[in-house]
Amino acid sequence: MIAPRTHLDRLEAEAIHILREVAGQCQNPALLFSGGKDSICLLRLAEKTFRPGRFPFPLLHIDTGHNYPEVIAFRDRRAAELGERLIVRSVEDSIARGTVRLARPDESRNRHQSVTLREAIEEFGFDCLIGGARRDEEKARAKERVFSVRDEFGQWDPKNQRPELWRLYNAKAPAGGHVRAFPLSDWTELDVWQYIAREGLELPSIYFAHPRPCVRRGGLLAPVTELTPAREGETVETLWVRFRTVGDITCTAPVASRARTIAEILRETAATTVSERGATRLDDQTHEASMEQRKREGYF
Amino acid sequence: MDTVLRFLTCGSVDDGKSTLIGRLLYDSRALLVDTLEGIERTSRRRGATAPDLSLVTDGLIAEREQGITIDVAYRYFRSGARTFIIADAPGHEQYTRNMVTAASTAQLAVLLVDVRQGLTAQTRRHALLADLVGIPALAIAVNKMDLVGFDPAAFEAVVYAFEEFAEASGLRARRHYIPMSALLGDMVVERGEHLPWYLGPTLLEVLERTPVEDGAREKPFRFPVQWVCRPREATDPLLHDYRGLAGQVTSGTIAVGEEIVVLPSGRRSSVTAIEVGGVPRERAVAGDSVMIRLADDLDVGRGELLVRADEPAPALARTLEADLVWLDPAPLAPRRTYLLRHGTREVQARIEAIAWNLDVATLERVPAHELAMNDIARVRVKLAQPIAADLYEALRDTGSFLLLDPATWDTVAAGMIRGTQ
Ligand SMILES: Nc1nc2c(ncn2[C@@H]2O[C@H](COP(=O)(O)OP(=O)(O)OP(=O)(O)O)[C@@H](O)[C@H]2O)c(=O)[nH]1
Ligand SMILES: [Mg+2]
Repeated sequence: MIAPRTHLDRLEAEAIHILREVAGQCQNPALLFSGGKDSICLLRLAEKTFRPGRFPFPLLHIDTGHNYPEVIAFRDRRAAELGERLIVRSVEDSIARGTVRLARPDESRNRHQSVTLREAIEEFGFDCLIGGARRDEEKARAKERVFSVRDEFGQWDPKNQRPELWRLYNAKAPAGGHVRAFPLSDWTELDVWQYIAREGLELPSIYFAHPRPCVRRGGLLAPVTELTPAREGETVETLWVRFRTVGDITCTAPVASRARTIAEILRETAATTVSERGATRLDDQTHEASMEQRKREGYF
Repeated sequence: MDTVLRFLTCGSVDDGKSTLIGRLLYDSRALLVDTLEGIERTSRRRGATAPDLSLVTDGLIAEREQGITIDVAYRYFRSGARTFIIADAPGHEQYTRNMVTAASTAQLAVLLVDVRQGLTAQTRRHALLADLVGIPALAIAVNKMDLVGFDPAAFEAVVYAFEEFAEASGLRARRHYIPMSALLGDMVVERGEHLPWYLGPTLLEVLERTPVEDGAREKPFRFPVQWVCRPREATDPLLHDYRGLAGQVTSGTIAVGEEIVVLPSGRRSSVTAIEVGGVPRERAVAGDSVMIRLADDLDVGRGELLVRADEPAPALARTLEADLVWLDPAPLAPRRTYLLRHGTREVQARIEAIAWNLDVATLERVPAHELAMNDIARVRVKLAQPIAADLYEALRDTGSFLLLDPATWDTVAAGMIRGTQ
């Protein structure tokens, strides 16, 4: 008897297939690794895809300089454990070069990652970037192909996407442009947590509940850090929180939680009534189409 | 056992596809609070009194401005033991290629018909495309029943017209007809109060009951090689000579010890190991992504196909008879050479002849010398090198191909193999 395959088995097999199409069709790909939970899953999938060989691509992180130190330490340790090459390019360097100009010194650097990413693509000549984006995250992402074409400015044109049929993925980069590959396209937040549980994957500590000074702002919790001090009139409270997603400190909010194990997080995720981005993104609140606009500018 | 059903909504412009998906998710309580609040905010800003549920999937700026769907939106939800992967396709003719994208992986199509309009050319085109790519089940949602006073005769008229069309065009899919109002929710998740004369299942019941087994394991083994793993670790005796053929089993099963044939070269060997991430397994089945090692050190690479020596082999073909859907805004240039992608293999190809071009309105097979976007045609394709081809009805993965334009690398056509030479 052959064991029946579960939904996770199928998602895993499809993701491996997608990663191998990158390896088979692209000359010079890279895998975006941020130390976040989705890209941690990508790394496990890459192990299942390519071991006992090495990954046929380096890992790439675009560092805003405003990341949680736990996450950066985790990123470096994980890359070292895997014995794979990690390339880090910093928004700070783009600021120093003058290619990124901040309107205010304390402005969020999240959006500016697109510039640094584009510079890294030019520097290394990448023709494909593998990312951990999921279609369940946001309404513009719900529209994107598994292999998504970008022009030479890194822009996504949602009105002109390539047809994508069956499992016949077209990973060929257009002249001057590149492609982005999203092996987790069909995964949901719950699938990701179930995969982390099944594979026993390690995560940066801030994914688990911990006490943290926060303020309440616009219906969300904003973490109080050196970079993000409390504003006038706000009261700082130390609350039990965890992060559902980790990103730039200035725009990622934690959620109130006591979940200290993966099993507890799974229970909360299955019962949640608020989406991952809705609960955590201080930047998406501003405009109905913030994500689409950022993607058009070359965001992940 | 958990199962997955991939389905799409299709049909003419404005027949209510996006509204239906919004309604299905809303009434299944699968919409999260913030998503719903966003939709309510946007609806209110536009002066609507009730939330416009088409905004659940119409997420692009241009879509919201124009009130139409441009490209496919994917949505996920669970009901009982089943996971649904929903693709909400656009109805607009200009975006037919996006509908084809969604249809190619679907196991069921929900075809919407506006009960007041009946079948349009686009309804027919989508039904034919769904049939062409072999979707086994069709749920014909006769929508906007509220606008005809929930009149059973109006529903029956659409059923009659569609059956007539299905007969004339030889549609093979199992068909369910459901009268509904996506706007009010009748017969989507809830039965509602307006359609007491309809005794069949709701849409959700149809979705939950549709069988999903594709029988791929019972078919002959096919394994397109995607990538070769050669660690070449000079100092590690285990890895020094390691050669793993990485790929996904598209059909059938394979076990350690079984004899295989490599196509198109015809060389034979046997399987010594099956691994995932270096961990051994006894066997692999359709859908599994694995690494296969062979007894003989054959020089096998991407683009080659492993099959089992004791099963029927695919044909080595240099000429294909195929149904082709032209997807590119630039028409087919008959003299040009395109790149044909079959599994992981790429060969140069030319369209040698067009047997006919299907007139969607009359179902006539019209002689043609050129193909434009959205055309559905029977063609003969000439290949520079042979491919190991199956028929699409028998084996989807090894029976389909794409044509890429070598100037842009865009995907310009999708083909289903109906015969080989
Ligand atoms: N009265 C009534 N109106 C409906 C019903 N379903 C949808 N509509 C309306 O029909 C219009 C078009 O609905 P959509 O859901 O955007 O149509 P669509 O099929 O997704 O359109 P495209 O994707 O652009 O082809 C909207 O104004 C809906 O409110 C229904 O059952 N009854
Ligand atoms: Mg629509």
